[in-house]
Amino acid sequence: MDINFSAEDVAFRDEVREFFDKEYDSEVSKRQADNHSSDYKSSIVAWQKKLHAKGWIAPDWPVEYGGTGWSSTQKYIYETERGLAGIPDVIPFGLKMVAPVIYTFGTEEQKVRFLPRILSSDDWWCQGYSEPGAGSDLAALTTSAEYAGDNYIVNGRKIWTTLAQFADWIFCLVRTSKGVRRQEGISFLLIDMKSPGITVKPIIAIDGQHSLNEVLFENVLVPTENLIGEQDKGWTYAKALLAHERTGMAEVADSKRMLDQLKLRAVAEVNGGKPMIEDPVFQMRLSDIEMELMALEYTELRVFASMASGGMPGPESSLLKIKGTEISQSIHELQLQLASYYGGALQGELSSEVLGHNFATEARGKYMYGRAATIYGGSNEVQRNVIAKAVLGL
Amino acid sequence: MNFDFTEEQTMIKDSVARFVRDEYDFDTRRAIVSSEDGISRNFWAKFAELGWLSVPFSEEYGGFGGSVDDLSAVMEEMGKGIVVEPFASTIVVFGSLMSASPNSDLKAKVIPSIIDGSCMGTFACVEEQSRYEMSDVCTSAEVCPEGFRINGKKTVVSNASTANKFIVSARCSGDQFDRDGISLFLVDSSVEGVEIDSFKMMDGQSAATVTFKNVLVNESELVSELGKGIDLIDAVMPQILISLSAEALGIMATLNTLTLEYSKTRQQFGAPIGSFQVIQHRMVDTFMACEQSKSMLYRGLCVAKNVEQGEADQFDLAKTAHALKATIARYGKLIGEEAIQLHGGIGMTDELNIGHFVKRLMMINVAFGDGDFHQRKFNSLSYSG
Repeated sequence: MDINFSAEDVAFRDEVREFFDKEYDSEVSKRQADNHSSDYKSSIVAWQKKLHAKGWIAPDWPVEYGGTGWSSTQKYIYETERGLAGIPDVIPFGLKMVAPVIYTFGTEEQKVRFLPRILSSDDWWCQGYSEPGAGSDLAALTTSAEYAGDNYIVNGRKIWTTLAQFADWIFCLVRTSKGVRRQEGISFLLIDMKSPGITVKPIIAIDGQHSLNEVLFENVLVPTENLIGEQDKGWTYAKALLAHERTGMAEVADSKRMLDQLKLRAVAEVNGGKPMIEDPVFQMRLSDIEMELMALEYTELRVFASMASGGMPGPESSLLKIKGTEISQSIHELQLQLASYYGGALQGELSSEVLGHNFATEARGKYMYGRAATIYGGSNEVQRNVIAKAVLGL
Repeated sequence: MNFDFTEEQTMIKDSVARFVRDEYDFDTRRAIVSSEDGISRNFWAKFAELGWLSVPFSEEYGGFGGSVDDLSAVMEEMGKGIVVEPFASTIVVFGSLMSASPNSDLKAKVIPSIIDGSCMGTFACVEEQSRYEMSDVCTSAEVCPEGFRINGKKTVVSNASTANKFIVSARCSGDQFDRDGISLFLVDSSVEGVEIDSFKMMDGQSAATVTFKNVLVNESELVSELGKGIDLIDAVMPQILISLSAEALGIMATLNTLTLEYSKTRQQFGAPIGSFQVIQHRMVDTFMACEQSKSMLYRGLCVAKNVEQGEADQFDLAKTAHALKATIARYGKLIGEEAIQLHGGIGMTDELNIGHFVKRLMMINVAFGDGDFHQRKFNSLSYSG
């Protein structure tokens, strides 16, 4: 057992660190906290274009389509450095979600048409999976695509569509026929958001932000060339993608950084003249989280190690999403607890100078929106079902 | 032994419940929150008319002569409607401090105006550095020919923008953390030297940073005895904590009811999600959390009654109140988070009422000390020396 990086890996880490240090404008993080702001999208796209220029935008892609060709260790190092530097992950819908489906199951034409614009962040994608009646039970979806010669005619309603207000394209699961099993008869369609008949309706979330949307389809014509793979086989492609989505959710490095910030704030916040970090009760709360995170870091390393040696991730990977999201939620909670009364003040209502405790509004936003982490990407209840069935054989 | 409400309590409880049901639906509340004042003065006048504003005050001043159980009955029902009018700030906090004041001239002047609805008040006690420690006070009250001159800054003062009067804690002597030397003063919100920077809180109520710059107050405006403000605060704090916990209980019960209903109607995998065992067990846990909270509230009310009748002392009451607030914090968090989780995506929306109930619960959690703060107090009363 050896946890130390090779000299090459250390050199790589230093290179990544230096690049982030030099090129990342921390203003992007601030703008990302408020998606009502006018330069929200442009600031994210500008940063992603910088990553693209460096050739680092898509570490997971095969080299032939624009991937980096990094080893698993290098990918791990890159993700860790990104999280520690406080840099938000790339918007995943294009780069991490639809692209793997396109390069794995798409036609040559589709690859040529879509992949370069995803890579360059010229196209913004969103994900059309959930519906009002199909949440955890995704196979219950009813949005229909009727085959009509050169086109499908799409009708239905998608919901919880994150950042759809900025999207050029949406990838959708639609029902093309009524199979024996509900999973049969679902197809995977790429739809231009400019198509006539699409309406995007904002959903304001409990953090006051506009991240979520409802996307309505009314007789939307979608060229049949935008179908991925075979008709009625979309479920298989989507399943491959969901597994992909879930392994990226441990966010250990992001949590480590948040925890470090939390400690600094606990030094500055006082009660009865004493820093909160010296309070034994607070220390217990902090170390409860820190110890869980220390363990999760090694769980993640075990997954990487088995992938690095060419194996498939084992049962340890199943808990990454559950533990990762629950740990990040508990950090948000403690952050908010530290913010005391000030955590209740609404963003934009006052300057931090008036309020003091300038991390408080951020703490509230993260706590409130962070509740979604155990709901999206397959709720943690569904994840536990998966582990019970697939890992424990129950 | 019985845990029933008296006839009078049942009447007032029913009257608040009826108001919430018939006149304070979620859309009405939303419209009030986004109005300029952020509260409905018409409803406030109605509360006065119905006698709710008189509940904790002595008959001597035209009050109902109620005690903390009456107040809690009202607060629990207010919680079910997440009523944003400043009942907690004005009646529970400001009102309790006024009621307990030894200054009878001042009481005779102020309390009737609270009861008739013309005076809203709030307690300016928190400072930037103080967190939850009431005796950590830097705001100063210097003796001067006119009486006292107050200087300092109070933060997150609840509903300051609609309050006509503040009770302000200010230090007349001693060091920053000394219990002694702090006095409570009644200050008119419109007098010279008072500056109010108001902002909205997530529960739809407002708060403000209030700066006092050479604000002159007369000796007749002392709410507490000189230098004995903390004693007065300590005397009424159990009543404040119990009443806020009652409001929290109303919210917790409502969240559980709404979530239970949802779990019976929301269909996934061809069945209501409430038919899944994992959901059932969690609904049972939140049900038990609510029942335990209710028992703790009733315990608080019974101890308070015993104190009134000389059968228990302030020490017992303080300990029970700390235990209650800590319990409400723990179970409130559980119930709030489960309500969002079990509602799934829809629970994340601003449109649904769930998030708004949760946010008020979160604000009650931090009001006058969070769960850890009260558990620490409980520990020191119970286990040290």
